[in-house]
This record gives sequence, C-alpha cells and structure tokens, in this order.
Amino acid sequence: MSDVKKTLGIAGLLTVICLYTAYNSSNFYSGNNIENTLRWTALFGIISIGVSYVIISGGIDLSIGSVVGLSGCVLAWLLTDKEMSVPAAMVTITAMSIAIGLAHGLLITKVGLQPFVVTLCGLLLYRGLARYLTDDGSVGFGTGFTGLKSVANGKIAIPFIESFAVPTPFILLIGLALAAGTVLQFTIYGRYLFALGRNEAAARYSGIRTDRVVILAYVFCSLLAGLGGVLFALYFNSVQPSSTGEFYELYAIAAAVLGGCSLRGGEGSILGVVIGTAVMIVLKNAINLLQIPPQLEFAIIGGVILAGVITDEVVRRMVAKRRAAQRV
Amino acid sequence: MNRSLLDVRGLTKHFPGVRALHNVDLLLGAGEVVAVIGENGAGKSTLMKILAGVQPPDAGEVRLNDELIQTATVRDAQKLGIALIHQELNLADNLSVAANIFLGREPRRFGIINFGKMRTDAAQVLDRLRTSIRPDTLVSRLTIGQQQMVEIAKALSVDARILIMDEPTSSLSQHETEQLYEVIADLRDSGVSVIYISHRLGEVRAVADRVVVLRDGENAGALEKEDITHDKMVRLMVGRDVTSLRDRESTNPGEPLLHVRGLQTTAYPEQSVDLEVRAGEIVGIGGLVGAGRTELLETVFGVAARRAGTVEVSGDIVRANHPEDSIASGMALIPEDRKQYALVLEMAVRANLNLARIRYGHRAGFVNRKSESRTSVDMIKRLNVRTPSEAQPVQYLSGGNQQKVVLGKWLSLNPRVLLLDEPTRGIDVGSKQEIYELVEQLARDGAGILFVSSEMEELLGLADRILVMHDGAIAGELARAEATEESVMHLATGAPIPETADV
Repeated sequence: MSDVKKTLGIAGLLTVICLYTAYNSSNFYSGNNIENTLRWTALFGIISIGVSYVIISGGIDLSIGSVVGLSGCVLAWLLTDKEMSVPAAMVTITAMSIAIGLAHGLLITKVGLQPFVVTLCGLLLYRGLARYLTDDGSVGFGTGFTGLKSVANGKIAIPFIESFAVPTPFILLIGLALAAGTVLQFTIYGRYLFALGRNEAAARYSGIRTDRVVILAYVFCSLLAGLGGVLFALYFNSVQPSSTGEFYELYAIAAAVLGGCSLRGGEGSILGVVIGTAVMIVLKNAINLLQIPPQLEFAIIGGVILAGVITDEVVRRMVAKRRAAQRV
Repeated sequence: MNRSLLDVRGLTKHFPGVRALHNVDLLLGAGEVVAVIGENGAGKSTLMKILAGVQPPDAGEVRLNDELIQTATVRDAQKLGIALIHQELNLADNLSVAANIFLGREPRRFGIINFGKMRTDAAQVLDRLRTSIRPDTLVSRLTIGQQQMVEIAKALSVDARILIMDEPTSSLSQHETEQLYEVIADLRDSGVSVIYISHRLGEVRAVADRVVVLRDGENAGALEKEDITHDKMVRLMVGRDVTSLRDRESTNPGEPLLHVRGLQTTAYPEQSVDLEVRAGEIVGIGGLVGAGRTELLETVFGVAARRAGTVEVSGDIVRANHPEDSIASGMALIPEDRKQYALVLEMAVRANLNLARIRYGHRAGFVNRKSESRTSVDMIKRLNVRTPSEAQPVQYLSGGNQQKVVLGKWLSLNPRVLLLDEPTRGIDVGSKQEIYELVEQLARDGAGILFVSSEMEELLGLADRILVMHDGAIAGELARAEATEESVMHLATGAPIPETADV
C-alpha cells in the first residue's frame, strides 16, 4: 500500500523535473536527448535493481562499482588479449560475478561479518585485481565486436517514428525490471526477502532458511553488477581499470533509496527503483541543459535525495498516527 | 541495630492496567541484611527501582534516619547512600575495572582524569571486598562472578550505606556464590545494610537476618532469623490455596507424540532433560524466571543450538539444525517475545498468518494468493482476531490480537506438537480465556501441548501434568491432582516436596 504511494510520489517528482527542464530547454525533448537519457537510465537502472534486493534484505553492497570495473576489464582482456569467443567470455564473467556474490553472502551469513565491511573490502579488492590484470592500462575493443557492442549502444526503431528509436539497453532494463519485480511481489522468495529484512528472527522462527535467501540476494546483486560492467564497457568502448565504475555503487544505492527502499530493510519496489534511477539521470541531464554550473551536480542530487527521504519520514509518521488512532 | 535506618511506608505504584505495589512497608536497620522474596511479578523489582531512584512512586514515603527523603533520580539515591546492583551487569567491558568503578565520577586534576588516584582508590575498594581483581584489568577478561564484584565495588565506592542486590547470584557459580556470602557478611559487620532479592530460598536462609515477603504487590508477612524456613517462606509467598480455576475433565492421553531424551541446552550444558508429551495431553512447565524453560523449548524446536540429545515426533527423529525440520515434523513454537521472534510487525495480518505456510502449496515458487487469502479469512474467523482488515499491519493490533495472529500462523499448518512459551503474557483477560479454550480444543483434537508459564493459575488450571524446572533441570513432576501452588514453588526454589502435604 504505502509502496504504491511512494512510487506515485517519486513518479510525480520525475514528472515535475521533466516538465521544468522541457519548459526551459527545448533540447530536452529532442529525440537524441531522450534516447541518451533512456540509455543512461537503463545502464544505471540495471545495477540499481541488483542493489535493491540486497537493501531490502537489510544489507548493503558497496562493491558494485568495482565489480562493474572488473567485469569490464575482464571482458576486454578475454576478448582481445586471450581471444576467447564471445559466449565463452560471457559465461566466464557470469561465473565470476556469481562467485563474488556467493562469497559476500557466505561471509555475511555463515561467518557473521557485517555487510558494510565485507563489501567495502570487496570494493578495494576487485578494483585492485582489475588494475593488476590490465597492468593499469586502459583496455578496449577497438573497432571490432560491432555485433556485441550493439547490445549497449544499439537502438531499435519504432515504425513510423523517425526522430526517435528505443536504445537496446532500455529493452533489457524493462525485461529485467519485470522479472525482478515479479519475483519480489509474487513469489515466496520475494515474501521471505521482505519478511527477513524487517525481522530476521521472526522469519527464522517461522522456519525460513534466512541464510539462503540472503545469499541469493547478494548473488543477484553481483550478477547484475557484472552484467552492468559488460554494458558500460561496450558502451564506452574502452575501460579504465582505475576509474571505470568508480562511485557507481553510490549512484545505485541513491537510486534505490530515492525509489523507496529503506536501509532498515524490508521496504521497496522495483518500479520505484527504476524511476529513482531516472530521476538521477534526468537531474544530471537538466544540470547540463539548463547550464547550471556542473560543479553543483553532486550537491543537487544529494539535496533532492535528502528532501525525498525527509518527505517519506514525515508521511510515515502521519500514517502511523492515523493508524494508531483506529487501533482496536 | 534496632534503630531503623530505612523506613518505607505505604509505597504504591500503578502501571497501566497493573497494580505493581500497594501500600508496601519495609524496615531496614543499620548493618542488617533483609531478603525480599516473592513470586514472579510480586512487586520486588518495582520496590527496589523506587528506592534506587529509577522510578518514582505514586504514593507513600521513604525515611532515612527519620528524615523524609525523595529519590527522584538514581543520582539522588546515590548521594543518600543507596545503590542498586542490577540483575543484569551494566559494565563497559572495553574499559578497565578502575574506569568502570568510577565511570562518570572520575577523579580529575586540571580537567584530565587522574589515573593514579583512580587506580589507588579502586584498589582500596577492591581490597575491602577481599578480591584479587586488579584495577587495570579489562572487564572483558573477568569472569561473570568477578564482574559482579566490580559492580559491588562500584556501589561501595559511592559510600553506599544501603546496597540493594537484585538476584546477584543468578549467573554465579557455587564457589562464587559462597564468596559473595562472605562479602555480604563483611559488609554487614562494617555497618552497611543490604537488601537482598532472590528467588533461591536456600540462599536467603544463608544470608538474611530477616525476610520480607511480597505477594501481588502487597506485604504478605515477614520472618525473623530463627523462623526462616523453606516451608514458611513458600507459604507466605503463595498465601492462598489456589484451586484450579478451570475445571478440565481429565483426559485419557493417547500415544506418545513428543519424545525428548538427554537434551542438553547451551544455557545449561551440565544438565540433561528427558520428557514426553502424549497426544491429547497438556503438559505445563513451571519454574522461576531463569530456570531454563525458554531455552528448553527453543532447543527442542531447533532455534537454539542443541548440545546433545534427541528429539522425536511420533517416532521420527527431528534433526537439530533448523526450525524448518521441526516444522516439517509437525512442531510449532509460540515464543515468549512475539514482537521479536514471531511477527513481522510492519507486514499485514494476512502475510503474517501465512509466513510459515506459503512454502507449502505454492505454484512454481509463486505465492498462491487465493489459498493465502482463504487461510487468513479462516484464521481471523476461527481465532476471532479483531482487525479492521486482513491487510492491516499487525503492529496496529492489540497484544491479544497479535498473539492470536501468532497462533493462527501455526494452526494453519495443523501442528501435532505445540510448544508455547508464556502464551498469555501481556494480553487482556478476554483474549486469555479464548487462548485457553483454543489450547484445550487442540488437545481434544489430538495435539500434544507443552507450555511454559510463570502464572500459577494458568499452570495449575490448564495442565494435565506439570514439570517444574530449577537451574536448567527438571526438578520434579506433579500430576494434576497433586499439583498445588506450594508444591510447584517448592520444586521451583530447589527444595523437595514436604512429606506432610495433607491430601
């Protein structure tokens, strides 16, 4: 119930920002700009969906940016240096991402380490590995692999519309969001994730294998970060081992929080997270189009998120008060 | 000795819906050790909290040396020389012994802690207690018994004239307990008065000069040193003959359902427990708080680690790993603290009712919404849960209705063995009655019930058979016909049942 209202709230915010920007800059609704905005929303949205599972479980993943960097580096290295086939490289990266998530999940549930610490160490570890693997030099795909690259920078034309086409990653995002949202809302796994995010003990006392549920959330998160890394690398066409993906975990977490996830756990919706990502991307776009000093970018994004969570908290208290009044 | 140091008169304290204390008097002489005893919920803790300035009384007066005093805060009480040692230790275990003793009152020079003085002062207090604990040791390195000594040292360091000890031996070994007796005797000789609260009557006999008994928040009587016997204490604590409130026709229990053999909990590794519950039987577990009853249920259910022993349901061995196994074999646990261990408060009544159930009857991993809704409508009706809708988050229900949701969560699985831990704690009288009827109905339908209760009336009224626990072991078993409040209290406090029990 309140998740729906939250999503409506954030959708309203997105509409306001879009209208304001469009009113002040006609470039905003040019076909090119819309395509770009959708593409960036898709790339960041994919990693944000991953982290939202972890956040709903009551945890956090700080390693996403480094996994993006590592996976991009490994892809370029495997395809160009090792001359591996594309399917084999994809399988390798998938396996690596799953292994990373599995390691996080096991350390958190079985060894009892804090998610913050485990994934902070991951952030450092994977960045270091990426730089070592590539000798800290940029790696790229050059002019080859056009077929593979089209997954990230291609677009699909809409019949009878010439000025605009849908970027391929956006199709991918819609598919992933539908799947992730369905799992969260309609499956037993999703129900367990919400329950243990709120009260791990009550879930365990009800016979739920909470450890397994949590481990799966971390695996899913790292898997999407790995996939995100592939897409970012293909889109940029080259990867800087020391900087590609840096701070992306913070964008992902910010989008999830803006979209209605609570770091207390047990709250959030995939639609909200996707819209949250869009808000951030459109804000960046607006800063650019409206010639707001780009130095203010972080400050504006930070301010908007803060305003969002304050509103959420105020509304939550009002609802609690009203509910308490009708207590039976 | 005869002159009273502390004179408490007419102390009264109400909490919403509960009369914790009513017109309680207490006299304490200088250099006297007075034990305050009573059943769970008799008002001992409230009395002590008022004296130590943790809570204000609603009415009544406290005189110290014939002067009316008011202890609005803990600091006020400390200034007057009254110090409370809580049952739970309140030490910062990352700091040294000396730092803990003087926490918040550190001796200072030029605004900086004077470590030298703090250390010598701490050593002085510790010497007085005849312990070998050194002021520089980190508290985390001490045994629980030594930490208890640090608490006492902390209290003495504020020049306490009156020491209140709340269940000081609950975590001490036998040897440490005896050391504590010596310390108390020393303190008494040096003129310090002690108020000693304990459930363990053997201890009370060893240390007390006088015993004051509370019952239902009122003075039930007092015993002078020469009159202190187990029987007299129990009689005063119990006070009335509680006849069974509920007339239960005696049932003929069927075949054994739950078998527990040689079970060892991590809380009491040196004890081992055997018990059996038959189909249609209601078995109560009595005992005092801290006797290991909750730990027993949690270990049987598999949420607490089992050290040794086997659990069988209808002859099938239940693995010890995870409650999933126990649930699959037909067990259910209604824990003592429902908000912490049974409910997801922010979730809807419907989701909570189905939390344990959705894994059965799903379709390819998808929640079966129809069956989910049917279950919740059924349970709300069957258990008479008062809620505006099944979508209402459980946090907005009353305690009694929350407990019904917990029960409903398990009943939807038709459990064969139901473990209940204080099933009616903190809920209203009406819901209580409904829960009793429900439990009896389940037993008539052939389930085996094992329930822990600290409420005598509930225990005597509901159980076909009562197991009484003391210090992690089953101290004795009472059939419904022979169980009285006195016989339960005797076993619970570690004494044999007197043979003079007239039938």
